[in-house]
Amino acid sequence: MTNSLIKHPLRFILLVLFQVTIFNYVNFLGFINPYPYIIFIVLYPLRNNRNLFIFIAFLLGLSVDMFSDTGGIHAAASVFIAYIRPVISKFSFGALNEVYSIKFNNIEFLRRLTYVSLLVFTHHFVVFNLEVFNMSHILTSLKLTLFSGIFTIILILLITTIFSSSKK
Amino acid sequence: MQQIINFFLRNKTFLLFLLLFSLAIVFTIQSHSFHKSRYINSANFLSGGVYSTVNDINTYFDLKEENLKLQAENNRLRDLVYNNNIKTNLAVDTTTKTNYKTIPALVIKNDYALNNNVLLINKGRQHHIKQDLAVVSPKGVVGITDRFNSKYTTVLSILNTNTLISAKLKKSNHFGTISWNTKSPKFVQLTEIPKIAQIKKGDTIVTSGRSAIFPSDILIGKVKSYQLDQAENFYTVEVELFNDMTSLDHVYIIDNKDKTQIENLLNNSNDQ
Repeated sequence: MTNSLIKHPLRFILLVLFQVTIFNYVNFLGFINPYPYIIFIVLYPLRNNRNLFIFIAFLLGLSVDMFSDTGGIHAAASVFIAYIRPVISKFSFGALNEVYSIKFNNIEFLRRLTYVSLLVFTHHFVVFNLEVFNMSHILTSLKLTLFSGIFTIILILLITTIFSSSKK
Repeated sequence: MQQIINFFLRNKTFLLFLLLFSLAIVFTIQSHSFHKSRYINSANFLSGGVYSTVNDINTYFDLKEENLKLQAENNRLRDLVYNNNIKTNLAVDTTTKTNYKTIPALVIKNDYALNNNVLLINKGRQHHIKQDLAVVSPKGVVGITDRFNSKYTTVLSILNTNTLISAKLKKSNHFGTISWNTKSPKFVQLTEIPKIAQIKKGDTIVTSGRSAIFPSDILIGKVKSYQLDQAENFYTVEVELFNDMTSLDHVYIIDNKDKTQIENLLNNSNDQ
């Protein structure tokens, strides 16, 4: 119990810090940045208190927004994926819906990939559309969603794999 | 009454989601309008502190390059002093009556890949920073100050769709407006240059001095290409920035002491 009381706030702070100091400045090919801070939303153990989860997701997004002066785009996207996460996990895990009784990394790779990709692409789609804020540039934001999304998915899968194996 | 309460209880997750989502959208809309009061910005104790720590480390990696840039600027200024026979000893005399006051600052956060890029600099209210001051680097225009707290200030970069700067062709004084189409951090667009202007590739673009923010003749960039707009009355000019906006370090904030007077005058004449 105490373990998770320390683990989640620490994960929150570290992810925001790494996002705003490193990942926001990758600028791969000039404009592609990953947003792996949503690992927090991907991994958060959702059992019953959905309201708390949605609120924490809002705070997570808002912290990233504060650092990068982007208004509220990350807050909006984070709240959105936090709200639809049960639907996505039901779709990707099917009968295995109670995924958090078992380890995230013990789930079949393809199911994990589906789950992460759906969350990431939804999040990035909201982020880039709100950033461009113009429906006539929807192709640009779709392009950014795709490139940035692939980058983020790879990073999230790598990070979750690395950190889980060390903890057994 | 009972039913209303039940309705709220049943849908509380959705309602919470809706509330927070619309709050975030409100913040987003505010960030898309110029100088609209923005509650969430990086000019605060926490993000300012984090970015200055990171910047302290990062500056070591380009010390040499930065020093060369500063030396080049010193060299240019010394050329000016000697060639114009300015009789003051720059190191001592600070009593000369001037209209512009410059404040040195360091860029501790630099963005250029977003649509609305905002920089953070390490000077604030303590150092007499106000809203709407010009920010320039040795090579040219950087942006306009926006939000500030006691120690940090956000700067709306020239690479921000909300930033509009009045500019002119250096050789013919034809006025236009600088804006950014978000395509590349190396180029900005100059519009509303009248068709009559004789424009050539490589012409220098400088600030016009028509607004009270920027003094006139601060370098912006050079003409890369130009074409007539759809109505064929005005040129749209692609301007290549002299500044490398992707690597900014030392900048200067220019405070125009006559600014309040100019603005009062303009506001009064508008009212009448």
